[in-house]
Parts: sequence; C-alpha cells; structure tokens
Amino acid sequence: MIDQPQIGQPISRLEGRAKVTGTAKYAGEYNVDGLLYGYVVNSTITKGKITQIDTSAAKEIEGVIEVFTHENRPSLAWFDMQYSDMDAPPGSPFRPLQNAEIKYNGQPIALVVAETFELARYAASILKVSYEEESFATDLYQNQDKGRDPKVGMATFLKPLPPKPKGDFEKEYAASVAQVSAEYVHGTEHHNPMELFATTTIYEGDGKVTIYDKTQGTVNCQLYVGNIFGLHFKNVRVISPYVGGAFGSGLRPQYQLFMSVMAALELKRAVRVTLDRHQMYTFGHRPPTVQQLNFGADENGVVNAIKHTAIAETSQHEDYTEVVVNWSNILYPAKNTKLEYQLVPLDVYSPLDMRAPGGSTASHAIESTMDALAFKLSIDPVQFRLINYADMDVAENRPFSSKELKQCYIQGAERFGWSKRNPELRSMRRGNKLIGYGMATGFWESMTIPARAEAVLTKEGKLRVSSAVTDIGTGTLTVMTQIAADELGLPLEDVQFNYGDSKMPFAPIQGGSFTVSTVGSAIKSAGKALRKKILKKAREMDNSPFKNADDNDISFERGGISLNSNPAVMVFFKEIIAASGNKEIKTTNMSVPNVFKLKKYTRAAHSAAFVEVEIDEELGTIQVTRAVTAVAAGNIINPKTARSQILGGMVWGISKALYEETISDHRFGKYMNQNLAEYHIPVHADIHELDVIFVEEKDEIVNELGSKGVGEIGLVAMAPAIANAIFHATGKRINHLPIHFDELI
Amino acid sequence: MNNFAYEQAENIGKAVEFSSNNSASKYIAGGTNLIDLLKYNIATAEMLVDINHIPEHKAIEEKSDGSLRLGAFVTNADTAYHPQIEARYPLLSKAILAGASAQIRNMATNGGNLLQRTRCYFFYDPATPCNKREPGTGCSAIGGYNRIMAILGTSENCIAVFPSDMCVALAALEAVVNISGTEGDRSLEFADFHRLPGDTPHLDNNLKEGEIITSIDLPEKGFDKNYSYLKLRDRSSYAFALVSVATGLELENNLIKEVRIALGGLAHKPWRVKEAEDFLKDKEPSMENFASAAEMILRGAIGFEHNSFKIELAKRAIVRNCMMALNPESQQPGAQPSL
Ligand SMILES: Cc1cc2nc3c(=O)[nH]c(=O)nc-3n(C[C@H](O)[C@H](O)[C@H](O)COP(=O)(O)OP(=O)(O)OC[C@H]3O[C@@H](n4cnc5c(N)ncnc54)[C@H](O)[C@@H]3O)c2cc1C
Ligand code: SF4
Repeated sequence: MIDQPQIGQPISRLEGRAKVTGTAKYAGEYNVDGLLYGYVVNSTITKGKITQIDTSAAKEIEGVIEVFTHENRPSLAWFDMQYSDMDAPPGSPFRPLQNAEIKYNGQPIALVVAETFELARYAASILKVSYEEESFATDLYQNQDKGRDPKVGMATFLKPLPPKPKGDFEKEYAASVAQVSAEYVHGTEHHNPMELFATTTIYEGDGKVTIYDKTQGTVNCQLYVGNIFGLHFKNVRVISPYVGGAFGSGLRPQYQLFMSVMAALELKRAVRVTLDRHQMYTFGHRPPTVQQLNFGADENGVVNAIKHTAIAETSQHEDYTEVVVNWSNILYPAKNTKLEYQLVPLDVYSPLDMRAPGGSTASHAIESTMDALAFKLSIDPVQFRLINYADMDVAENRPFSSKELKQCYIQGAERFGWSKRNPELRSMRRGNKLIGYGMATGFWESMTIPARAEAVLTKEGKLRVSSAVTDIGTGTLTVMTQIAADELGLPLEDVQFNYGDSKMPFAPIQGGSFTVSTVGSAIKSAGKALRKKILKKAREMDNSPFKNADDNDISFERGGISLNSNPAVMVFFKEIIAASGNKEIKTTNMSVPNVFKLKKYTRAAHSAAFVEVEIDEELGTIQVTRAVTAVAAGNIINPKTARSQILGGMVWGISKALYEETISDHRFGKYMNQNLAEYHIPVHADIHELDVIFVEEKDEIVNELGSKGVGEIGLVAMAPAIANAIFHATGKRINHLPIHFDELI
Repeated sequence: MNNFAYEQAENIGKAVEFSSNNSASKYIAGGTNLIDLLKYNIATAEMLVDINHIPEHKAIEEKSDGSLRLGAFVTNADTAYHPQIEARYPLLSKAILAGASAQIRNMATNGGNLLQRTRCYFFYDPATPCNKREPGTGCSAIGGYNRIMAILGTSENCIAVFPSDMCVALAALEAVVNISGTEGDRSLEFADFHRLPGDTPHLDNNLKEGEIITSIDLPEKGFDKNYSYLKLRDRSSYAFALVSVATGLELENNLIKEVRIALGGLAHKPWRVKEAEDFLKDKEPSMENFASAAEMILRGAIGFEHNSFKIELAKRAIVRNCMMALNPESQQPGAQPSL
C-alpha cells in the first residue's frame, strides 16, 4: 500500500469493481414495492398547438394508472425564476406540460403512468394527438442573417462575451503577406452517455420525496424540484451515487425528473420515468455553429490580424452561449482583432454544454486556419505556433497563472516523431495509403467556484468526508478520497468519501472540468479546520505532549499526531477521540475562491495533439493510426484517472472529426438518426495507438491544489489535428465536421 | 408494442398453420430486427410464432449433388464459422462477419437476414411520410437526407437500400431459397427473391404471406480460391454498407473463366449485372478490365442530393475488390480495403 502522499498516485477507481460486476446501482435501478412506470409522449410536430389529446383509449387499458397532459397536470410554480437552475442561460426556461404550445419537435407533451414500463410505452403509442401546425425554422445555415447579439445574464459570468475590437483589423489584414479566409461548419451533436436518463421518485408522505436521478448536480435538482412543486427543500432529497456518463447532458434538470416527481406527488406512489435512446434527442445538444475566420500574417510568420466570427443556434426561449471566438486572441497575440459571436434563435430545444463546449468548436476553426496559414508561409506548423506564442493574454492584458504549452509542443513533437514529417502534401505513403501528420493546440479554461465539505474524524480514528457532488464517471470518488487522505496523512482505506446526495454539504453542478479544483478545495478547507480541532483536543489531553505545540511543530501521520522534533512522540487519533468523551470531531467548511486575486490572471489548461492518419488513396477510407496528446494541466492528482480522461477525450475528438453527427431534416424540423446504430461513435476498430504525456506545470495561483482539471482538454485539439493531418495526406482541406471518407475520393 | 399472443411452433407445418390462422401474426427468429420494429410501432403483430424451437433446418448439411444446405434457423455466427463454409464458401463467411456486431450475429438467423428491413431513417420514423411503411404517403428520402440511399433500380416511390451483407454473398454464389407455405414447398433463385421498389415499395421480396423460409442452398461452386468481400462504411465496424462488393473469381491459365460480382448498399436488392460478368469471361484479370466491367455495372445509376458519390465509389470498390480477390489472403477483418 502506498501511503504518503496520496496525491500524485495512480490509484485505480475505488468503485471500479462495483461497476464492472454490476453491483453499482444507477438511478433507474432502485426498486420499491408498488413502483409505477412512466413513459413520456413527445410531440411529432415542430411548432404549433395541441388542439386535442385523446387519452380515453389509453386510460381504458387495465394497468394504466393515469395520463398526465397540460390539461390535467397539477398547478405549478408561476415564475420563470422558479424554473431556473444553476446552468440556466438567460431567458425563460422550458416548462414541461406548461400549456398547449409546441416549441420544438420531440417536446414532451404527456406522461403515461402504468404498472409496467412496456404497458406505459404501449399506451403512450395509442394516444391520439391533434395539432394545429405553424411554420418553423430549424436550419442555422439558412438563417444566419437572423443572427443577433446574445442576451446577458448570470451565465455570462462564467462565459464572457467577446472583447471589443482592437487596432485596425481591415487595414492590417489587407496588408498581410499571407492571408487565410475560411468558413467552418459544425452540425448538431448529442451527448448520448451510455446510461439513459432516468428518475425514480419515492413518495415518502407529507409532501416529502426521495429522488434517485441521473444528474450532474444533486443540489441543482433539489432546488429545482423544491421551487417548481412548492416543496420545502428539506423534504426533497436527490441521490445520485453512480452516473453512467453525462458529458454535460445532466448539468440541467431534464424533463424525466419533472415527470417522475409530478406523478409521484399526484399519485402518492413511487414512480420511475426512464427515457429511451430515442428520447435522448429530445433535449439539450451541442449547437450547430458557423464560423468565419480571417487570419493575416507578415513575412516572418507573425499573425497580426485576426477576425473570428461565430454564429450559433439557440432556442426561442433561452440564449445559450459558448465561449468560442475569444480563444483566437488568447492563443495568438495579434494586435488587430475583431471577434464577434452571435445567436440565431430557432425552433429547437435549448442547446446544452457538451464536453468542451465552445472550446472544441473554436479550436477546430482556429487551429485549421493556423495550419492553412503555416502552409501558405511554408513554415512548419509547430514552428509557426512557437513564432506566435502568447506569453501573456493580450486580449485581457494579464499574465497566465501558468502556461507550459511550449513544453507540450516540444515533448509531444518529440514523442510523436514530428521531425519525420515531410512538409510536402501527399508526399508520405505506406503501400497505397497516403500518410498525413497533423497537429493542433488545445486549451480549456480552469475555473473554481465555491463549495462546501464536511470532514469528520470518526470514533475509530478514521476520516469521513462528504459533499453533495456527483461522480459522473470521471473518478471523483477516487480523487477526492486521495485529497482527503493527505489532509490527515491517512492511507486510503482509512478514508471514506460520501457524495452524490443533496443532503450533504453544497456542491455546484459537476462540469467545466472544475470539480477537482472546486470540491477538492472545499475538502482542503475542511481538512485544515479539522486538523485545528484535532490538535486542540490533543492539547487538552492529560499529559499532552503537544501542550505548547502549534501547527508547525507537529505532523499528521500514521493515524495520529507526532512531534516533528521527536517523531517517536505520538498520539493516535483513537486516543484523542477517547480522551474527548468518545465523540466524533466534526467540521463543515466552505471554500471560496479569491476572485480578486484570480481576476489578475488568465487560467487555462493547454495541450498539443499530434496525429497520424492513413488514407486509402482511391477509396478515401481514413484511419487515425496514431495520436499523442501532451497536456499541461498543473498538478495531476491521479495520473491514472487523469490519463483515462485524456484518452476518453481523444477518442471523442476522433469521433467529432470523423463520425459523430446528428442528422437534421429541416423540412420536418427534426433529428433523423435517433439511435446508436445510426448515430455513429467510434468502435474499437477505429481506435489505434493513443499516447498521453503530462507536462510538468507548477501553478500557485489557480487553486490550492495547483490542479487545473482534465475532463475536457483531451478532446479540444484532436479534431483540428485530424483535419490538418488529412490535409497533409491528401491536399484536401475539409472545414466541416465530421469529415466523411467519400469526400476524399 | 401491443400485447400479443405467443406460440412456439414445433415443426414447419405447425408454424405455417399458426400463421395461416392469424393474418396478423409474425414469425420470430432471432428477433434482432423484428423486436425493434415492434417497439417503434413500425410493425405490429397480434401473435408471434416462435420458430426457434423447430428442430429441423437447424443444421448445415451437404447434399448428394455437392451443394450445401444452410438451415434457415442456423445463426449467422454459426454459419460464418462453420468449417464447411469457411473452407468452401469463404466469401459468405467474410460477408456475414462484416455485418452487425458479434452479439447480433449470435442471435440473427439466416432466414431472418434475408428478411431484414431497410435502414432508411424515414421508414423508422412513423411521423414522416414513407411509401414503404404506409403506401401512398410519399417518399421522404427523395427530398431529404439520402446519403445512405440507393442509386440503382430506384423508383419515384422509394429509394431505399436492402442493407444485408450476407445476401450480397448469397447473390454472388447464386444461392437458392427454399420456402414452405400452405400451398406446399417451392424454391426461388436468389436473384428472384428480393424485389425492386417499382410501384410496390412496401414489398421487399417475393415471399407470400404466411410462407416460411426453411433453408438456403449453396451450389457446389464456392469460389474458394479467389474471392473477396469489401465493405465501405462510415466506421470500421457496426455500420451498414454505403457500398459493398462480393467478388468470386475462377481463373484458368491466368484468364477469367468465371466471375461473379454482386453489390450491396446500392439498391433495393443485391445488384448483379450479367453483361459485365460475361464481358470479363476469358479476359485477363487486370485493373483495366475490371474497370470496364465496373462501368457496365453502374450503368444507369442515378445519384440523389447526398449520395452521388456512391457511383464513383462503387466503381472503384469493384476494381479494388476484384484485385483483392486475386490475393484473398490480403483481406482485412471487417472487410476493410486492403492491398
Ligand atoms: C444495430 C444493428 C446493426 C446491424 N448491422 C447489420 C449489418 O451491418 N449487415 C447486415 O447484414 N445486417 C445487419 N443487421 C441486421 C441483422 O443481420 C438482422 O437483424 C438479422 O439478420 C435478422 O435476423 P433475425 O433472425 O434476428 O430476424 P428477426 O428479427 O427474428 O426477423 C426478421 C423478419 O424476418 C421474419 N422471419 C425470420 N425468420 C423467418 C423465416 N425463417 N421464414 C420467414 N420469415 C422469417 C420475421 O417475421 C421478421 O419479419 C444489423 C442489425 C442491427 C439491429
Ligand atoms: S426511400 Fe423507401 S423506405 Fe425510405 S422514405 Fe422513401 S419510401 Fe420510405
């Protein structure tokens, strides 16, 4: 057993065995006697009104308990505010079953509750719904002229709008020796985590509910349910111990939560609502985005004119935004810039953060443009990035808290064998296959937000820490246990981390790669407070060897406190507990980031991805045969789970570049490939050699742990690196994703 | 999915009887396609007649005339890995293994494979018009996203593709489908089994109501020396073919004595053009000759908004696959391109 310190050790997931042996229970797997099953009916039109829902045939079937529609739903909260949640963009949140109005295709319009899932699903299929249809628009590309500035709101705090134009872009661009002007088109993508969305609500009587929900935020859902249904927050408990992936789709309460709780409260019974794969396409998604970039460079390869505009889809009811264009100037310090971000409201559901929202969209455009510019100037792509390396963030005029991106380029290139690249297009071959090398830069903001944690020294002298945070499969349980263990110098087996329960101390939604820094910091504050309390108790003991000792004179180790001047002098935690009335020692603390200090720095993780593609010259088929990602993300708490995050991100990047797309039919205003047979994500045979390097990076500013979060950074650079490799191999630059192989013939 | 009755048939006669007594019944074999169709209300049944417990037609047997009989209820996996198939009809083995996933192939049966329905997105979505699902409502694919649709043998009523891989090889091998029904037994040449959409897009094949497929016969000639199956698709596995080609070659003195070229992913049935195969007879197995044959095979192809690429891709795939057939060892798992 590795003891000290736990931070930095490649510990395997503590819950791994439970997951692979099937004993880990998910939200849709909590069974109670008399459980009822709900199946949601979705609108088949895109816009208009429901004129009638005939539920009589469905209700006649034995075993069907109730059909809820906008006509018989209970009365609910009145104000938009009450439907808001921690991730709500500015606007008016969608309210399920609010009225007869249809806002998008697939909108939930009824819930059938029955004794079995199959029966509910069948009864749902025989509801007769009549509509009055109205004309609608869902096609971003055709409606770009309707672009407008986004509304500002709470969300703008974490997602700043673009900075004002600087210098004189037009003049400088016109004077550039090399110019690249290109349009990048991205379609819709859906999160599709393995676990389907499900909520099991147990009715506990007296307006009290216990809810098992698939979510990325237990407290978020607790507040939402309390607000909408007018329940006391204390009477709403949301539990989410295991989450089978979410990738952002669980950042907001989804409609199955609403439906399940509504039915449970109305019927005063336990009700489970599970969405099927098809219904995964009836709420949040990555928005389609069209970007136009114009970059100009001088004869030395210095980029001094940058124009980056993005037009993205949003719904008619909310202004969902992403940080897209801002990245151009954070990465490349041009003095003349014009960055614009606009939204087009369409008749769709609000988009929703999906792994590396904005960043992965931006990087594809920025890094492909940089590649094209490097090619025009006959400068090696890595060299070109080094020429344009930003030592400080010129957009905000402030330093980086740390930035070892240069080392990512150097170490990544070395590991990959970039020097073997022949700069000429179509020059490298293996048999009848064209070989291409491509690279790109990745970036992801490092955020920290306030959170609370409780730390308890138990009667057995062990540590128990808790937080309401979820573990969406990233390894949160393991990493938090490691962080907590170091607080008292304990081995992992003496530490228990409780999580995924809204009853526990507050944690924000789990996203944006900020969980380790946010909840980890809260655990560190609680740990610090607990150490103080333990020392105080130790001092109060009869004949305490620590009577005059302060923090600096002692160490927490081996299950107790020892004197630094003479480590043989030691009091065990158990003895301290025994001496203080055999009572647990407990503390709950909050960590609040020092905004004034943090504001002085740009804080971001960086990466460089290097990719080899192999392309069949006549048939166009593409394989990503090798990829190396070098990441600078500060202190890596657990190299094993962190590496898994990067690998997962790289696979997703391959998916984004070559496979993943939601196919829309704008005549119907709907998505056509709503299942995993037709919504392609990579299979094993598509994934070959992947390699990860963590570059050493010290950061004393970003947070107490010096750690930047790695949930998203692995994805960001991959798609452009692949597009650039395809260009190198074939001479074809394809600026929309995914790239289909037939475009290369 | 509605509540339905369920009957296990113990023999073919019983199965046909159950079926003829209930016009709203359906046979269920592996269920890998039927259950999905029932769940999404594209197919409905008042009764499912389970044909998995019929002891006959569960084996692969050699017949006295040298042909091989594949029981309709043998799974796709057992067929692909059968020693006789691997040795005598490796083309069929490769084609089956290029389809679906290991799990699905373990369930899917040979009979069911012939009867799987198209993967047209609109066919699977009851909220959109589709002549195949609801005759007379129109074809949504013609003006919609039609990347995966057909370019050969289409009609103004339907441009759907028959998605099977196995059947592309069966077409090349000139298999015979054996059928039982209330009116007795009959056999259909493989080429006559599936239909073109014409003005009856709701009919995929010439099986009559209530008829059951009992077995598939493979004629003696298996092209075990020079064969290849190539499948081009949007990912390396677990995706349907955009274009697939099955080639069997028989060479003599370095000239083509006999050749079969069947295509998948392009039409409402596996596609073969006799004229092209005749053209190759007694010619050298060269890229030029294969390219000329490819032109003949694709003659008359019409692309739609998103699938015109299939015309050129199919031609190239034919040439490549014929070259691969000259070097069958070069074939890759998943029927990916080699050489
Ligand atoms: C996700 C997915 C991916 C797939 N990918 C591929 C692929 O890449 N390539 C490919 O070729 N296939 C693919 N398939 C299709 C698969 O091969 C078929 O679903 C399978 O072969 C059907 O066989 P089954 O026994 O399960 O048929 P069932 O689903 O049981 O039946 C299908 C139909 O045939 C009828 N039927 C079955 N047996 C008989 C019989 N003996 N006589 C008369 N009627 C009968 C049934 O009534 C039903 O109408 C895929 C399927 C899925 C779900
Ligand atoms: S192509 Fe055929 S199956 Fe598809 S929508 Fe048209 S009629 Fe229906």
